[in-house]
Amino acid sequence: MRRPEALEIFQPASVKEACQIIRKNGPGGHFLAGGTDLVIAIKEKGLAPRYVVDLKRIPSLSGIGENPDGSLTIGALTTLREVEISPLIRKKYPFLAQSAAEVGSIQIRNRATIGGNMANATPSADVAPSLLVLDTKAKISCDGEERVVTLEDFFVGPGKTVMKQDEILTELIIPPTPAGLRGEYMKFSPREMMDLAYVGVAVALALETKTKKCQHVRIALGAVSPTPMRARKAEAILLNQVLAEEIAERAGEEASSECKPISDVRSSAEYRREMVRVNTKRALLNAGLGSEPISWLERRDKRY
Amino acid sequence: MAEGTAKAEDRQFIPISFTLNGTTQQTQVEPHELLIDVIRNRFGLTGTKRSCDVQVCGACTVLVDGRPMSSCTTLAFEARGHEVLTIEGLAKNGKLHPLQAAFIEHGGFQCGFCTPGMILAAKALLDQNPEPNREEIIHFMEGNICRCTGYKKILESIVAAAKILRSPGR
Repeated sequence: MRRPEALEIFQPASVKEACQIIRKNGPGGHFLAGGTDLVIAIKEKGLAPRYVVDLKRIPSLSGIGENPDGSLTIGALTTLREVEISPLIRKKYPFLAQSAAEVGSIQIRNRATIGGNMANATPSADVAPSLLVLDTKAKISCDGEERVVTLEDFFVGPGKTVMKQDEILTELIIPPTPAGLRGEYMKFSPREMMDLAYVGVAVALALETKTKKCQHVRIALGAVSPTPMRARKAEAILLNQVLAEEIAERAGEEASSECKPISDVRSSAEYRREMVRVNTKRALLNAGLGSEPISWLERRDKRY
Repeated sequence: MAEGTAKAEDRQFIPISFTLNGTTQQTQVEPHELLIDVIRNRFGLTGTKRSCDVQVCGACTVLVDGRPMSSCTTLAFEARGHEVLTIEGLAKNGKLHPLQAAFIEHGGFQCGFCTPGMILAAKALLDQNPEPNREEIIHFMEGNICRCTGYKKILESIVAAAKILRSPGR
């Protein structure tokens, strides 16, 4: 196994300082958050950073908070374990906590950060579909300047985001969501632990109280296109309709046709497409018709 | 990468102070040094095992501030200011920790290579959740792999230790 080679470490105390270090030192620099991807890239993929900017000494980049308007902010350095066990997230968006719990192992989740996970822009990242169905926004900072983009626009391609080299993802913002929002994340991977999603499906629905029609529909897919994606055509099928098996099936077919999977070592494109159809339907029915809330570990066992 | 390789003469050393098994340690590490190498080679604590070396097997698990982490992908300088616990720090005054005793009594290991990581991960679980159910144990222990596949005995050992740790008067 390749060992990391000599490199220089910077430990800035502010986001501004971190940006300036990158500007001053030029190419070959990498940000270090949790380090679970960076050190693997060095060991397995031949990455040789000239220098590393450790963001962990910057205060105020981690933590989960609720704002008066009901929106949530999740600091970029918040670990996936913190997202998994946050009472606030478990209460408001249990499927988001669950998708964080599905990443890697406890050893990885204790270090991996939600910001690092998004900034690395892996198409199969488990929390990405859950964040997309919550219309999450990304706050990006550089040298005192801030900009906010939707998470959907944040992802550009595998491993690519809209951020320039000296920009830092500082915060994820989940805007206020409709009352009674129900969601579901369904990870499909033959190994239930320590594996990447072959297909990830997240849905979020809000039903009109009397008619039970879907007033608000979000469907997002992971691992089936160059970036985590919204399935907008599938969403349109359900909008203002009463959720039932037949219409969920049609939404699944639509999602299956609008995704853009590739064949790789994990799965063929055809298989991924088929599993998008099946799991979109299942996720919709689970979210919409779900009776008693049960723990996701129980749900996971009853998934197939 | 011409300018990318740091030359020997401008090697960077970072002074770090951290707690290792309850004792404050001060040392200097290079930025690229891994925590597992510092623990094993500098402090001679070889109970922390290197196996997959890519954070998927759990053999190199140590507890950092009580949380299981893979020391094979943790840079040593990141331990600065934190409390690191390895398997050597678990027994107190020559008396085994209940988890260690339970693994012996219930046959929770065969070759033993995964055991230090297993026991440390289990300790973190029981510290957070003294009475976990079967599913919670399995979920928490997902990152610790036993190639002898003695999972049933490992599960029994953890359940037995949890019971002892919960018993009154402990």
